[in-house]
Amino acid sequence: MDLGLLTRQSELCWRIEAHGAMRVPGVLYGDETLLEAMDHKVYEQVANVAALPGIVGASYAMPDAHWGYGFPIGGVAAFDAAAGGVVSAGGVGFDISCGVRSLNTGLTRAGLRGRESALADALYRAIPVGLGSTGGIRLDAVQMDAMLAGGARWALEQGYGEPADLERTEEHGCMAGARPDRVSDHAKLRQRDEMGTLGSGNHYLEIQQVEEIFDDAAARAFGLRPGDLLATIHCGSRGMGHQIGTEFLRSMAVAAQESGIRLPDRELACAPVRSDIGQAYLGAMRAGINCALANRQIITHLVRGAFARVLPDARLTMLYDVSHNTCKVETHTVDGARRELYVHRKGATRAFGPGHPDLPAAFRDVGQPVLIGGSMGTASYVLAGSAEGEALSFSSSCHGAGRAMSRHQAKRTWRGREIVDELATRGIVIRSASLRGVAEEAPGAYKDVGEVVDAADAAGLSRKVARVTPVVCIKG
Amino acid sequence: MAAPGNCNTGTWEHFPHGADVGVRGYGESVEEAFARAALALTAVITDPAGVEQRDRVPIRCEAPDTELLLVDWLNALVYEMATRRMVFGRFDVRIRNGRLDATACGERLDPGRHQPAVEVKGATYTALGVARRPDGTWVAQCVVDV
Repeated sequence: MDLGLLTRQSELCWRIEAHGAMRVPGVLYGDETLLEAMDHKVYEQVANVAALPGIVGASYAMPDAHWGYGFPIGGVAAFDAAAGGVVSAGGVGFDISCGVRSLNTGLTRAGLRGRESALADALYRAIPVGLGSTGGIRLDAVQMDAMLAGGARWALEQGYGEPADLERTEEHGCMAGARPDRVSDHAKLRQRDEMGTLGSGNHYLEIQQVEEIFDDAAARAFGLRPGDLLATIHCGSRGMGHQIGTEFLRSMAVAAQESGIRLPDRELACAPVRSDIGQAYLGAMRAGINCALANRQIITHLVRGAFARVLPDARLTMLYDVSHNTCKVETHTVDGARRELYVHRKGATRAFGPGHPDLPAAFRDVGQPVLIGGSMGTASYVLAGSAEGEALSFSSSCHGAGRAMSRHQAKRTWRGREIVDELATRGIVIRSASLRGVAEEAPGAYKDVGEVVDAADAAGLSRKVARVTPVVCIKG
Repeated sequence: MAAPGNCNTGTWEHFPHGADVGVRGYGESVEEAFARAALALTAVITDPAGVEQRDRVPIRCEAPDTELLLVDWLNALVYEMATRRMVFGRFDVRIRNGRLDATACGERLDPGRHQPAVEVKGATYTALGVARRPDGTWVAQCVVDV
């Protein structure tokens, strides 16, 4: 990105002054290196989002922002329904409520020594991964609607998980306002055999070791000590979310076309919150969020089962579950007034600061855990929401490393077997259904997540709490 | 950066888009360009040459313009692949008055043999285009989310 197009507000905050159709400025977070490396398309997409009706404050880009669909990935935008604000299927994305869930295992790295392969095999057998895999659960029509309405709470009622899991999940495990009747039969059919599956691409299940602590108080609240083992799940709403996204992107695009709205990019298609299609999307998208929450809850149960077979001393408790592709109604202070806003986070993590009423009591003093995934050979991070985050980005932070190289280039650069062997020499055990998939997900194909996290920390979006490194990685 | 296809039925390629992949098909007709864009879609997942043509799946869609029709076509294939757990290696496409009638030929996904790299979540409107080139041939393309 040409930095000459931006106004530098501070070391880590850059502005696109409102021009043309922009209703608000664009605000980008990151250091000079990250901003220079960002695609110019991010500039265009941040500016395009700033032109949408009812946008409040600014159109934001997190330090890991990259070229997305209409909205940048790493984009945050809030809309006021009373001011004609919109909801956008592209602003949420295809993988509705894709997110990260981490569990404390009650074990240390030393306690796993010698059992790494056995645990990897048990997890790989227990959790269906990769394209075409099916879960052990098949939902009929009534169960499907109950799942879409109930989310992780429904999963718990079916025997997956423990009651304490829910309070450590955003929305307490159940997104209110879900409308299963707004979800098409196609979406339901696509999901029928996919409950409890991890998916593919950048989705994974990792056993990680806490390598470094940056914030003692927050680490204590999150139950993290050096050498501790975590189990972390990265996946989303599977075929259900993909199909809801596909269908509403189209219906919003056609509706815009029919009503004569000229959008600079079809993918920006959106609808007023207070419209039939806007309400239909919100109802379906919330059902998609519940699908993702239920899915991660079922996988949690499967992970616990695999641990119990290999390491009976393990006691897996929830650290937290975050979603990074959502639109949620939240109340934020804007220019001194409390306003109800539809906050879109596309590839961005909610990061409520200390004292936020939605946080479990254990996190009230330190802020929300913000779980940031890296690649299978590099570090991941645990951060905490900051007090200043609300004013900076409606309490939002980054979500991951982002790719540095296309899949095609990665496939030509590495062979899956070499990656698996190389990681094994570093003590990282990989299990995957596809060696080509491993090559395309090679650690070298990703950007350095450390730079992104440092920028998020320095900008005040969230605070670094701990760095964790992979020990076992199950790739989809 | 483009990856030319070597499929015996014609030419297609991938083009890069951040975390995702662009699919592009060329053809003497718009139908052929659509069929080859579909081959490029399969190639995101597995080598199309390794897909046996055992079963035929009929696909129909209709859209207000040709670009939307391309997205609908690719999304219909994504849906059929997901719900039938299939991959496709050959496509016969007919388009008339904004309506597409096609047959996709393929087989049940065999993870061991097909080594599927990644699941396609959906076709997008990004870098979407269906156009006739100066030499009279057609190109059809868009980015797919993986």
